[in-house]
Amino acid sequence: MGAGGERLSGDDIIEVQDLEHAFNGFQAVRGISFTVRRGEIFSFLGPNGAGKSTTINILTTLLPLQQGTVRVAGHDVAREPGRVREAIGIVFQDDVLDRDLTVWETMEFHGRLYSIPRDERKARIDEMLAVVELDAKRNERTKNLSGGMKRRLQIARGLLTQPEVLFLDEPTQGLDTQTRMRMWDYIRGVNAAGTTVFLTTHYMEEADMLSDRISIIDHGRIIVSGTPEELKNRLGEDVVYLETGDDAKVRDALQGIDEIRSITESLRGLSITISADGSHCLPRIVERVHDAGIAITSVNLKKPTMDDVFVHYTGRELRDTGA
Amino acid sequence: MAWEFLTVYWREMIRFTRFRTQLLSSLLQPALWMAFFGVAMSSNFNRFASSVPPPAGVVPVDYLTFMAAGVIAMTTLFTSLFGGISLLFDKNWGLMREMLASPMPRTHIMLGISLSGMTKSFIQVAIIMAFGLFLGVQFFPGYSPARVVVSILGIFLFVGVFSLGFLLFSSTISMRLESPEGLQGIITLLTLPLFFVSNALYPIQAFPPLLQDLSIYNPLTHLVTGVRYFALGSEFFVVGTNYSYTPADILLSFAYLVAFAAVMYAVAHRTFQKAVVT
Repeated sequence: MGAGGERLSGDDIIEVQDLEHAFNGFQAVRGISFTVRRGEIFSFLGPNGAGKSTTINILTTLLPLQQGTVRVAGHDVAREPGRVREAIGIVFQDDVLDRDLTVWETMEFHGRLYSIPRDERKARIDEMLAVVELDAKRNERTKNLSGGMKRRLQIARGLLTQPEVLFLDEPTQGLDTQTRMRMWDYIRGVNAAGTTVFLTTHYMEEADMLSDRISIIDHGRIIVSGTPEELKNRLGEDVVYLETGDDAKVRDALQGIDEIRSITESLRGLSITISADGSHCLPRIVERVHDAGIAITSVNLKKPTMDDVFVHYTGRELRDTGA
Repeated sequence: MAWEFLTVYWREMIRFTRFRTQLLSSLLQPALWMAFFGVAMSSNFNRFASSVPPPAGVVPVDYLTFMAAGVIAMTTLFTSLFGGISLLFDKNWGLMREMLASPMPRTHIMLGISLSGMTKSFIQVAIIMAFGLFLGVQFFPGYSPARVVVSILGIFLFVGVFSLGFLLFSSTISMRLESPEGLQGIITLLTLPLFFVSNALYPIQAFPPLLQDLSIYNPLTHLVTGVRYFALGSEFFVVGTNYSYTPADILLSFAYLVAFAAVMYAVAHRTFQKAVVT
């Protein structure tokens, strides 16, 4: 991750061009294009039914490509699905675990599917189970694991083959807050160790906390893409809350600052809506008010949340949108 | 050489041994057929059959021994027809995706399932033969130890090819269906004609002509023929009927089963290559 800078196209580990997909006449994906850079955490944020799962299924070769081009880890999903499969790891949306196999058997089965040689397999399984702290549970059947443990086991399984890209489909759906934050730590750890992460989520804070870049997807289209900061800044709706000794005079003092869109009275003093990055504008506001001889008792800058971003771009709340 | 199908086989066998009740019932069921149906029917059939004298020089065989071959065939048929059901569960629980998204060739899924289904049938057949001895089934009459070994291998060969055909059939259906209930329905619909329009329980010589013709196309008939040939010899007399098999008959039956399995393989192969499971 860096600011600006020239990048070679070889840095893109996932390249999607004009992807379309229909089920029995229903257009689930309507022409999306995006790239994921090697080493980043990239999120698809959108409500259920937006086309996230369809896209992830095409990228992981589970659905045949209908329209467009998709390259994952340098291989075309339509022409070389086998090479793509070797290069990726997947953590499926629901708990995709055989209830009656033990933790170790689950890992062993996966390692054998990918033909990892015996000694290496054994070492990798031990290593991965240690990473997700399931070492002590290796002989436990998966049906006896808690929700968080199941998810961790699936992450361990997805990483067993040392994939270049790890796909996570709604990795924390249905987990409690505490477990979710631990999952985020694991995902960050995985990414820090060099694995590119592609995740889909309909949790705002998840996309916000984890991602280097986000694409918001709705009705089968990418609506906007960028870093969480860019997306929030692009809204241009930072709000400065200002409490002063003389609110009436403040309006005059702030005349001429172009970025200020409106000033209204609120319970927390004056709320000043700013049409640009508020953190750059705030010092000037404080300076002007100070120079006008008005005492400031409190200053507060509120950045828009991903919720605000989503509502702004889709025109509706993400919560409670059914599939 | 790719051996990943052994991975699928390994998991299937773990499942087979792990569900104790399922394991026990699958082993007990054929024994119960022998113990109740077999013993009850044989005492009836033997009463009638004793009124028809066997031709000179032909070995008379009692009904229980005759039927034991049918029970071997029936058990193999049931086990094989249900063999694909774990694919349905894999599909419904999302587990199939793990295999489909892996680099393992898809044909290995059906090979692993088939191999494990064959293993289960072999175990069951061995149990039926052992339990049959205990009940008084007279397989391998007067055979030398070497001939017994060859005969057992012959029976396993027939059972193996037959079960392969039906396991591939069952796998195909499972991949195409959505629900276990659907598979159950198809199996129930198939087992009745397959089982009763065959020589498993009684000689087909007494059938009406149409059923006789149909039974010739029934793979189960050819399996039973093979098992009886190896277990009872080329010439025997039972339930008032004289049986006489030539090696050519047996080869033809075997070829029929091989052809059946080959067709089922082709169909299953196509189904697995095209399968989309998400």
